[in-house]
Amino acid sequence: MFLSGNDAAAYGARLARPQVIAAYPITPQSPIYERLSAWDGEGSLGAIMMRVESEHSAMAACISASLTGVRTFTATASQGIALMHELLHYASGMRVPIVLVNVNRSLAAPWSFWSDQTDSLSQRDTGWLQLYVADNQEALDTVIQAYRISETVLLPTMVVLEGFYTSHFMEPVEVPEQESVDEFLPAFKPAFTLDTHQPATFCQTVTQRQYAEFKIARQSAMIDALEVVEAVDREYGERFGREYGVLNCYRHDDAEIVLVTAGTIGSTAKEAIDELREGGKKVGLVRIRLFRPFPKARVVESLKHAKRVAVIDRNLSPGQEGVFSEELKSALYSRVDNAPVFSFVLGLGGTNVSTSCIRRVFELTEKMQNVPVNPIFDIENDDALGF
Amino acid sequence: MRSDSDRKENLFPGHMACAGCGEVLGLKLVLQAIGEDAIGVVVPSCLGIILGPFPNASFKIPTFHAAFETAASSAAGISNALLAKGDEKTVVLALAGDGGTTDIGFQALSGAADRNENIIYCCFDNEAYMNTGIQVSASTPQHAWTATTPLGKPRKKKNMVELMAVHGIPYAASACSCFPDDLRRKIVEAKGIRGTKYIHILSPCPSGWKYPEKLTPNIGRLAVETNWFPLYEVRHGREYRITHQSKGLPVEDYLLQQGRFQHLRKEDLLAINDRVGREWEELKRKTVTIQSDELS
Repeated sequence: MFLSGNDAAAYGARLARPQVIAAYPITPQSPIYERLSAWDGEGSLGAIMMRVESEHSAMAACISASLTGVRTFTATASQGIALMHELLHYASGMRVPIVLVNVNRSLAAPWSFWSDQTDSLSQRDTGWLQLYVADNQEALDTVIQAYRISETVLLPTMVVLEGFYTSHFMEPVEVPEQESVDEFLPAFKPAFTLDTHQPATFCQTVTQRQYAEFKIARQSAMIDALEVVEAVDREYGERFGREYGVLNCYRHDDAEIVLVTAGTIGSTAKEAIDELREGGKKVGLVRIRLFRPFPKARVVESLKHAKRVAVIDRNLSPGQEGVFSEELKSALYSRVDNAPVFSFVLGLGGTNVSTSCIRRVFELTEKMQNVPVNPIFDIENDDALGF
Repeated sequence: MRSDSDRKENLFPGHMACAGCGEVLGLKLVLQAIGEDAIGVVVPSCLGIILGPFPNASFKIPTFHAAFETAASSAAGISNALLAKGDEKTVVLALAGDGGTTDIGFQALSGAADRNENIIYCCFDNEAYMNTGIQVSASTPQHAWTATTPLGKPRKKKNMVELMAVHGIPYAASACSCFPDDLRRKIVEAKGIRGTKYIHILSPCPSGWKYPEKLTPNIGRLAVETNWFPLYEVRHGREYRITHQSKGLPVEDYLLQQGRFQHLRKEDLLAINDRVGREWEELKRKTVTIQSDELS
């Protein structure tokens, strides 16, 4: 089928057979909500659709519905995920396997509607798994995978698309058969639920020590999730013929300069890399698909032959740098022969990161004498870059 | 009056409410009336303390201690999940305080009422943030002292029953923990109705209202018998019924027993008396008062 990323995500959600969906509209997520509502209208959704009055209530409803043992889904973006922030912590603390699609969009102020990963990356410490997808097919496949992962590790998962780049562009997408998805994704049957036959109280006040124990248990689940993500992806690949890895690498084995990025810049980069390879440059790509848990060992392994690393972030942690760059440096710190990491913050607010931008990033990474302390925002200004 | 022995308790003894707490009295009555086939949602408030610290619990029904402003949205999530599972029998009960209802949880409650979610929402109103000390809420009455209104609250109390009634929900009612039969009947009534049911329960608080613990039943009864807090119910936003015909006692009988109103001047009392009388007449105009034999 020829689908937008939003529609692909909606198809993925419907194929996973959630029983309760709660949503609130926000650009650029609204087409997901509309698609699900259209299916609800024609009787083919198979879930109860809650048209709530805010994203905060959408997440509250998903948490409590999930505690009764039903599969839940929601989708949001930008201000919406910021409004949910309090309850994102709550969801992972309650260990409910909610799947949420976030369509990256710039956060106000000022108002903007285009892609920027700062909305989802600001949720870094909420205890959600985060998977960043590069195209529409991957959006559909990752939503289905996310349920299997979440229900195995009992943590919620955020599947992250990019506003307009993935959400609205249309691509051919293979939509799996319902029966195959049912085989891949068995019914959700949690051990503990809100059940009148086995009454229990959920989420009480705890002591300092108990609190620490709960948080360490969640951390263990997070760490274990890495291998679950990989196993689920492999099994998905065997069944459906598509797998993505926690890192999606391209021509990086013998690459001297490796570009690290996430989301759609990763698919644009493949084209730039092909062009540069034709010119004899040894360049490659590591696209980080799994952001939480951060696949530290995999990242270090993937960069072991790299002489230089360039990171492109479509996000910014003010006063620091791009978040992927920061995380990457933290992962590489344990390496003895650290490769220098050059940090670029490009594409904020949805600014296009074209193949020529990416070629320029490689060129600068090759030429620069010293690693700048601060990230590079302007790749065209030679003076500022010290050339 | 039926005896309490034929009722099953759904609140364990040994909970952590203060001595003389009017809220836990109301809670006990609500849980008695709701029965065992119910799922509760509690949000931060004195109820969260009464619910008990991990791993002890005072509720016999399965209960979720949800985030502050989500009593209605969390309850709605459960009721829709039950519907998805084909369970049309289990009742979902949202339990919140006045801050969680009239202030921070109002948006979610209004949204749930707008969608007519199938929940019973009980607001236990002790007229301030009592769990965090004694800070003013939208439900604090005018003139009342709180730790954040040391000179008395300048604005009048938000009228939640009226606000919920104008949503057109099938059932909205006021109740008081010191009128047990009236409160239990309203819960039983609400159990029989599909859609959003809202019950606003005045819950006298000795520590916040500054009166001796043993006076709780008197204080609650005086609130009603002075028409300060009339007991009534509204069906579909239109059909009003007063469910307790008050004695019409002077309002100062209620106010002057409480430390939070000790600073009231004579002119304040006169003004309050006028307002209470006017509001009572307005309510009566909207209402068909039922005969006392119907109440027994």
